[in-house]
Amino acid sequence: MQSVNLPTIPELRKTPLNGVHRRLGAKMVNFGGWDMPVEYPANGGLVAEHKAVRGGVGVFDVSHMGDIRVYGDETSVSGGKAIGAGLAAVQHISMNDASKLAIGQAHYSALLYPQGTFVDDVIVHRLSEDDFLLVINAGTREKDINWVRENTTAFDCIVEELSDAYTQLAIQGPRAIDVMRKLTDANLDAIKNYWFTHGTVCGLKDILIARTGYTGEDGFEIYVPSDCATSEKVWAQVMEAGREFGIIPCGLGARNTLRLEAKMALYGHEISDTINVWEAGLDRYCKMEKGDFIGRAALERAKSIGLKRTLVGLEMVGRGIGRDEYRVCNEAGEAVGVITSGSPSPTLCKNIALAYLPPALADIGTRVFVEIRATKCEAQVVATPFYKRPRKVAAPQAAKTA
Amino acid sequence: MAYPANFRYTKQHEWVDLKGDVASIGITDYAQQELGDVVFVELPKVGSQLTAGKSFGTVESVKAVSEIYAPVSGEVTEANETLHNTPENINSDPHGAAWLVKVKLSNTSEISGLMDATAYEAFIASEKGKEASA
Repeated sequence: MQSVNLPTIPELRKTPLNGVHRRLGAKMVNFGGWDMPVEYPANGGLVAEHKAVRGGVGVFDVSHMGDIRVYGDETSVSGGKAIGAGLAAVQHISMNDASKLAIGQAHYSALLYPQGTFVDDVIVHRLSEDDFLLVINAGTREKDINWVRENTTAFDCIVEELSDAYTQLAIQGPRAIDVMRKLTDANLDAIKNYWFTHGTVCGLKDILIARTGYTGEDGFEIYVPSDCATSEKVWAQVMEAGREFGIIPCGLGARNTLRLEAKMALYGHEISDTINVWEAGLDRYCKMEKGDFIGRAALERAKSIGLKRTLVGLEMVGRGIGRDEYRVCNEAGEAVGVITSGSPSPTLCKNIALAYLPPALADIGTRVFVEIRATKCEAQVVATPFYKRPRKVAAPQAAKTA
Repeated sequence: MAYPANFRYTKQHEWVDLKGDVASIGITDYAQQELGDVVFVELPKVGSQLTAGKSFGTVESVKAVSEIYAPVSGEVTEANETLHNTPENINSDPHGAAWLVKVKLSNTSEISGLMDATAYEAFIASEKGKEASA
């Protein structure tokens, strides 16, 4: 008798903290092939997690995110070249102007197809003169790394995938800085929004500490060695340090509602391989004047043609929650657009959504209708972001003595 | 939370509390735990007809939309309108204050096809087992 090979079910990938999440009783979901916590019911669940980040502090395991390092041979810089191979490669494959980054600074950018649509969005960190770290999405890791390798062969640079080298924790919320102060000797006040440094964290030397996040709140992301023992030790120390500030673990559910309120794009929703930069409203991260880059020519043409659709914020007027992929209709009842992300907003206590609509319907206050099952529910176009974190009020200055 | 012994249950996690020929219908504690924070409820109008096995409303959490299936057929005599303002009661008191509708049964024998509390608890134990091994 012949033995039969059962079809193999692709195993879900796990972060080094998977065991921690399971022990905490997290509700786990398959997120782009990853076994990830969506919420932790024992700590109150999604809404409590969302509110902890807006009002206090929460911690997310975001180790599923990928990391690509692109750097040039140091001799090419010191050899008097105006532009290093690493920078030249990054400039070629991404839409923002990486030459404007100082060492220790990061920015939002994207990898584009020649059509001006999205391979992925990325955070580019300038580690040194000719050395860059691109933080990419989990679900697009393989595609991104292949894309970066294939499109940098003309440059004398080194492309290294570091995705599995790091456990990435996002400590987010107005009290995140208070938690971090207890864990590191780095001067956190010197790290402005979208800047980073290296310092000792939880006794581990030379850890990347970035003032970045995906919540619309102040916060930090730290990148620690990905072995299980170190990852669990750091997680435990973050929880312990955060206890007095009410820290709770937060899952992908709260991560989604937080980023939606802040109108931060999610790949596969607001941005994709069929949506271009202008449609997504990401103009200010796309530097057409920096020189040529992949996608630039198509974007130039798209700009001259004009927009067919544009990303807008919606607020439901009556009862009903507009959700991802629900259709949006005009006053005449014709389907003219689609919701890319929709959810109740725990901060605003309203039902909000991002949707692609024809530019003629994009003015604030425009009335549209969301198809929710059999009913067309009224919604209106509103200003975005839905939520903006309150500006820090400067502490009264102590009188200076001369 | 205990599953009342006098209720009957479905595999879609609704419960039925039959008194005479009128049944109260709600979703179980297991269902509300699976959903998370409930924020929205859509219920049928009084006078509408439910058909066993067909969707008659929705319960939504922040994250998910869940259809509610009629465990039995009949006419809706009451809908729990208080849930429109306090959907969170479905999380706090799923087997009590957060009943969804009351239905006058058109065929009381349908009730015998549903699970009793013991059978339902065994059913959700096997569901939880599947989750843990997933």
